[in-house]
Amino acid sequence: MFILGYKLPAMSSLILWALLWEAIGRLELTFFVPAFSTVIMTLIELVQTKVFQKALSETAYAFSVGIGASVLIGIPTGILMGKSRLLDEMLLPWVNIFISAPLTALVPVLMVLFGFGTKTIIITTALFAIWIIILNARAGVMQINRSLVEMARSFGAGPFTAFYKIYFWAALPEILGGVRIGVIRAVKGVIIGQLLVSIVGFGALFELYSSNFLMAHFWAVLLVLFTLAFAIAEFLSFLERKVAFYATKR
Amino acid sequence: MSAVIVFSAWEIAGRVPISYSFPTFLESMAALAVITLDGSIFVAYAETLKPLVTGIAISGVLGVGIGLWVGLSEKFEWLFAPIFIVMQAAPLAALIPLLVMIYGIGLTSKVFVVCIMAMPVIVLNTASAVRNTPVSLKEMARSFLANDHEVLLKVIIPAASPIIFSGLRLGVSAGFIGAILSELKITPTGVGDIITFSRSIADYPTMYAAIFSIILLAVLFLNLLEKLENYLFEGNNRGYISD
Amino acid sequence: MAISQTSAQPLASTADIAVSVRNISKKYNQTEALRNLSLDFPKGELTSLLGPSGCGKTTLLKIIAGLLDANSGTVQVGGQTISGPGPDRAFVFQDFALMPWANVIRNVAFGLELRGIAKSEREAIAEKYIASVGLTGFEKSFPHELSGGMRQRVGLARALSVNAQVLLLDEPFSAVDEQTRRKFQEDLLALVQNESKTFIFVTHSIEEAVYVSDQIAILLPRPSRVSEIIRPSSFRGKSVDNIRRDPEYLDIVDQIWASLRSYVE
Repeated sequence: MFILGYKLPAMSSLILWALLWEAIGRLELTFFVPAFSTVIMTLIELVQTKVFQKALSETAYAFSVGIGASVLIGIPTGILMGKSRLLDEMLLPWVNIFISAPLTALVPVLMVLFGFGTKTIIITTALFAIWIIILNARAGVMQINRSLVEMARSFGAGPFTAFYKIYFWAALPEILGGVRIGVIRAVKGVIIGQLLVSIVGFGALFELYSSNFLMAHFWAVLLVLFTLAFAIAEFLSFLERKVAFYATKR
Repeated sequence: MSAVIVFSAWEIAGRVPISYSFPTFLESMAALAVITLDGSIFVAYAETLKPLVTGIAISGVLGVGIGLWVGLSEKFEWLFAPIFIVMQAAPLAALIPLLVMIYGIGLTSKVFVVCIMAMPVIVLNTASAVRNTPVSLKEMARSFLANDHEVLLKVIIPAASPIIFSGLRLGVSAGFIGAILSELKITPTGVGDIITFSRSIADYPTMYAAIFSIILLAVLFLNLLEKLENYLFEGNNRGYISD
Repeated sequence: MAISQTSAQPLASTADIAVSVRNISKKYNQTEALRNLSLDFPKGELTSLLGPSGCGKTTLLKIIAGLLDANSGTVQVGGQTISGPGPDRAFVFQDFALMPWANVIRNVAFGLELRGIAKSEREAIAEKYIASVGLTGFEKSFPHELSGGMRQRVGLARALSVNAQVLLLDEPFSAVDEQTRRKFQEDLLALVQNESKTFIFVTHSIEEAVYVSDQIAILLPRPSRVSEIIRPSSFRGKSVDNIRRDPEYLDIVDQIWASLRSYVE
């Protein structure tokens, strides 16, 4: 988008939308949408409260443990699947099922098995994130250019050297891509888990605000969540471009 | 093959038992047979599919429409794309309590949940497919005297349709998540009701059976869509390669 | 460098000019792609636009096609100034630009379809040109089922089927293998002989340009201008098998390379 010959930054229209939000709020068209500025004021107050910090740290904890587990389990599993046909044939159908399955349906089971707490939320998060990480790591290993591997072998690289000098780097763009999508899914997973468990983290906060009709508080939390989620997604794709700059030119 | 191993593992784990609330595979299948035979599962699915189908239909039409628009016009891309990009990354499930406050606990809220889950991926896929129509195809059409209307109908839309379709498939997948989430979170109806109710009376085999069936249904349906997609657009992605 | 700055070669009369490019300039943002370029394309002949990459030859071709607008200057086709794509010109694309969702006959008939010709009629015409490029039996095939060479035959049949007076070919053989390419070059010579059409041919291959052209325009880059026009004479009438042995052919190839070599990075 150009205005008077200047290129507007890609996300600048969000300012326009924030202004629209402000206008709707100021006109008091609906009780459910307080003005943007009110929400921001509430937000500033809110982040200083203990309740909010507790919710945030609980969420961050469940999120990072869930993601950590999916990365630690997912990447090696994917690499092994890419290297071993037997393992691939055993696991691939299941990975494909779980990647498209509505995992929300499993949360009640997790609640029964693991209780109404952080453990359930961690597992939900991991379940949302892990499959795409596995699948991408697998795809990354499988697409490695044969001549690249042959080149390494012809220059006398042993299997171990070949692995960390060639395989790892050649599959890295896909692996990172998988982790990025996995993280985005995990953000959704952690919130869905908290909503269904509803006594932990932001889930509890939402219950509290919606039952007391604290609209500004509600929107403030939404704003924090959406901004964080978006920032994480953007940061990861920035990282991906930095580390895997060669991804598109292979 | 691997299904046998996994289901036997489930069976064994159920018999050990890991937890008294973890039924064996056979118990769950028996429960599935029971709810299938007494017909309650069909009633439940009719209820579950209502918001799902409505929501998917709305987000399909609206999503492809907005996507085409965003993909064709730089102005609309600037204006609307950021919203959908944020929506794509954001945990939209957090909007559910708000939707319940505004629209109550009825069908409307559930349709909304399905829509907000399904729409972003449909819009973004459509827009990027439209924007990435091979330039040479558009030039080809123009050099053979196509007007804008014909370029859109005969070149851009057919060229974009595989990606639009896979966007719809991903939308359906997200819609399933939304539909079940709304049944578990907003009010227990349909399959969500079976899950919630059987959990409350500790009838775990039935609960597992219901979950098993909804996952099976979703996976089968999505696979069917993928098959259809491969069948419909067989050559589409290979046609440009000059070898 | 000793390159003679020739403008258009003297020709019998202006009536023999099919396409005339006058004082064309084109800028992309800050970079100047073409500056004040003028060139004539004689009727019924094949003119090659030859030059190093980035010399603006494809830009010039697309301006003639009406796909790009020049910043200044005019293009006349058959004496009429153009203002966009027209029925008098047909384009053959480097990457074939076939619609992957459409079979061969629909691809070939696409130009006619856009002109609103009835299905049975346009398919009859398409059928004829499919046969003329040697693809009979592949009417119902889809592009992904064809080899690169066959795909470009489809592209060629599509361009021929609209019966335009001027054919614009943008490196049409660069994406096919060497043997197919030679066959194409021979077929192209036959086509120029048999059809009384004007061909404008962009290529980066010196041998190809000398082999197929009646007239070669050498374009030099930054900004692009016509540095030289060469009209091979002695081997045009000879049979296709003898061209590559002709002393004039070899001389021209060497001469062009001598003038282009310093522009190759």
